Amino acid sequence: MTAVAGDHRLPPHLRALRERIEGYARGYGLDPFETVFEVLDGDELNMVAAYGGFPTRYPHWRFGMEYERLSRSAEYGLSRIYELVINNDPSYAYLQASNMDVDQKLVMAHVFGHADFFKHNYAYRHTNRKMMDAMANHATRLRRHQDRLGVEAVETFVDRCLSLENLIDPLSPFVKRRADRSEPGAEDRPVALGFRTDREYMRHFINPPAALAAEQERLDAAAGQPRRLPERPERDVLLFLLERAPLERWEQEVLGIVRDEAYYFAPQAQTKIMNEGWATYWHSRIMTERALDPSEVVDYADHHSGALSLQPGQLNPYRLGVELWRDIEDRWNKGRFGKEYEACDSLEELRRWDRRLGLGQQKIFEVRRHHTDVSFVDEFLTLDFCVAQGLFSFGYSPQHARWEVQSREFAAVKERLLRQLTNFGQPEILVEDGNHENRGELLLVHRHDGVDLKLDWARATLRALQALWRRPVSLSTRVEGRGALLRHDGREATTRRQEP
Amino acid sequence: MPLQITRDQARFREIVRGRIQADLDRYIQRGELIGKQAGRLVSIPIPSVELPRFRFGEREQGGVGQGPGAPGDPVGPGDPAGGAGSGEGEHLLEVEVTLDELADILGEGLALPRIRPRAADRIVTARPRYTGVSPSGPESLRHVRRTYKQALRRQIASGTYDPLRPVVVPVREDRRYLTWKELPRPETTAAVVYMMDVSGSMGDQQKELVRLESFWIDTWLRRHYRGLAVRYVVHDAAAREVERDVFFRTRESGGTRISSAYELAAGIVARDFPRAAWNVYAFHFSDGDNEGAEDDRRSLDLLRDRLLPALNLFCYGQVASPSGSGEFLRTLRQGLGPRDDVALSEIAGRDAIRDSIRTFLGTGR
Repeated sequence: MTAVAGDHRLPPHLRALRERIEGYARGYGLDPFETVFEVLDGDELNMVAAYGGFPTRYPHWRFGMEYERLSRSAEYGLSRIYELVINNDPSYAYLQASNMDVDQKLVMAHVFGHADFFKHNYAYRHTNRKMMDAMANHATRLRRHQDRLGVEAVETFVDRCLSLENLIDPLSPFVKRRADRSEPGAEDRPVALGFRTDREYMRHFINPPAALAAEQERLDAAAGQPRRLPERPERDVLLFLLERAPLERWEQEVLGIVRDEAYYFAPQAQTKIMNEGWATYWHSRIMTERALDPSEVVDYADHHSGALSLQPGQLNPYRLGVELWRDIEDRWNKGRFGKEYEACDSLEELRRWDRRLGLGQQKIFEVRRHHTDVSFVDEFLTLDFCVAQGLFSFGYSPQHARWEVQSREFAAVKERLLRQLTNFGQPEILVEDGNHENRGELLLVHRHDGVDLKLDWARATLRALQALWRRPVSLSTRVEGRGALLRHDGREATTRRQEP
Repeated sequence: MPLQITRDQARFREIVRGRIQADLDRYIQRGELIGKQAGRLVSIPIPSVELPRFRFGEREQGGVGQGPGAPGDPVGPGDPAGGAGSGEGEHLLEVEVTLDELADILGEGLALPRIRPRAADRIVTARPRYTGVSPSGPESLRHVRRTYKQALRRQIASGTYDPLRPVVVPVREDRRYLTWKELPRPETTAAVVYMMDVSGSMGDQQKELVRLESFWIDTWLRRHYRGLAVRYVVHDAAAREVERDVFFRTRESGGTRISSAYELAAGIVARDFPRAAWNVYAFHFSDGDNEGAEDDRRSLDLLRDRLLPALNLFCYGQVASPSGSGEFLRTLRQGLGPRDDVALSEIAGRDAIRDSIRTFLGTGR
């Protein structure tokens, strides 16, 4: 099956290259998904990229907008897509037809790195590996609704769902958040058990009857209380809406599609630095150690360094990632970790520290399995690394009306970076109450961690949420150090200040 | 291969168009588009096309970078988080729209009739049109793809093609060249003469109105004619022809003799834009304060006898100014009577530009 219409199979010489590169990759211990390569021209590649890698995606104007942006910037020579690979089994990878052969080698090596990462990193374990087909199904279903209800009605609803797309719980595929629902019958009346004890003679002492009785009374009272909805605040706002919002069938289906796709893409956002770093690490090793012809060295170096170049004030995930992977490998090769190393206070000794453990390869394969960006950076970004890489934190200075370097202090930089990676750098927002003020309104809570929301966007998003919930919705957050309740009733947005 | 994306892109353009249409009045009144024109494209800031979501304010959030710089140094030349100009509270997306699209939006928004070019059928030029290929021709017209196709065909036929080493070398007989035919094509060309009163009573505000209105008039006319020649005439007591930039900047202090401008314009039209070959438009903007009855009469005579016969349309826009009497509009109305090829309007302020454009261009001439 090819995903894009037309014949995009690899021409013979690229097929030979592919065999070679895959052989090298497997030789290094990479274990990628079976990968289907397709060769596309620039325009087709822009199209596939605009669809997030899925040529069969559902119709929506924002893909058109993205396509226009990509093709314009390609036209002006500002950017060029070399490659695109999607997490699927088999993985699909798209090559730009106009790449030089050395680029195609580089890109293939890079792609096998990604495909290995997709297959083995734990965050991807629950993603749908037949997403190519799922996306096509989504598109068919959405088109059917569009044919029945009109393009605009469906589109408006999709727009609203997309505004809420980031309100998911990325960890939910791994844990069971709620007990299975079953109506508590009479025999399910909660019984106060007190503390556990094996010693019969101590029972009265550990659980005095009076305390037990008080506990029983409290439990009965709690059982008599009307249940809160949700019982505990929930992060998967989309799921809550699916279950509780008064949606029509087709609306439910569309919301479900948006939610599925959000969960599918989440791990890629969670592992941007690791994933790109991993692919870069492997293409550079495969190319420099195996695949490169002497005549190609200059072009390779040019394009490789282009991918790793720094833009002022931006973090290049390729660069940060590959440097971290190399640093980890080096540290575990030399044994520069652990109690002994950290306790050492002779600079000279530290500099020459080399236990010749040779654990580097083993370690990086282990790390690629068990981490996402947050834990990766938290665990492996060291003071030495921070200094060597020249990392800094920056912020906006209202006095000078410009962005300024704020700090080069390790703790500050690392904290800022971790904050940026936590929850994809998005605010953490939960459903608190589905029957707010006993009026069937919806209350969300923003767990404020020091950074305010962008308020105009928040209001516009509430508008979208209101359209789904059909009753007024509110968001409790903090603005400039004080509590605030943003509310939208479908006609207008209001803001109520609350006590700090 | 028809790309699926073209439909989504068309839908996106449709949305952009709708947004511009909805805000057309604001765009007409504000000059923001004029400065953003580059060739045939205008970059238009559109509010809230992006989908909103809960997110942090960029300025509070900050970020992490890599590279040189001490604390307190500015980060790079650009803006790291993007969108420095658009302050918080607004999210604008710059969308490029062609002038033709903009003209269509204007036309739809104001319900303007299409212009029926007057001299269309009379002016005919021959244009070469490439219609086929032949085995001979000049090297500059060699059709590379057809040439190689031919070579490939020959090699396959003669059994010298090797799919594993797909080298195709055309020989002389394989070469193919484009051939053309001369096709007659009606040509529509138009010229515009803008005239503006720059006497002391016309202030910057008045000129800004003229600038805005002329932008939209140009855009509309360009939509209908291939190639638009534009000439500018300023006048106070005497008239002279100037460049576009000068036109909007000149300020004189003398009196006003409108006849001087009409005379100069009539000369330009007679010399450069003969009626047989051109659709000619003349627009005159003034605060309507002419020197006296004597010159009013002279102006009317010039218009009737020399200008109007050579024009598709003559438009007079009277810009309100605190010191102008606005007498000339009445003079024209009475002196010319109702005619198809004359459009008169009063422009009291920015709000009136829209109606004035409609008066001028609603004639469909």
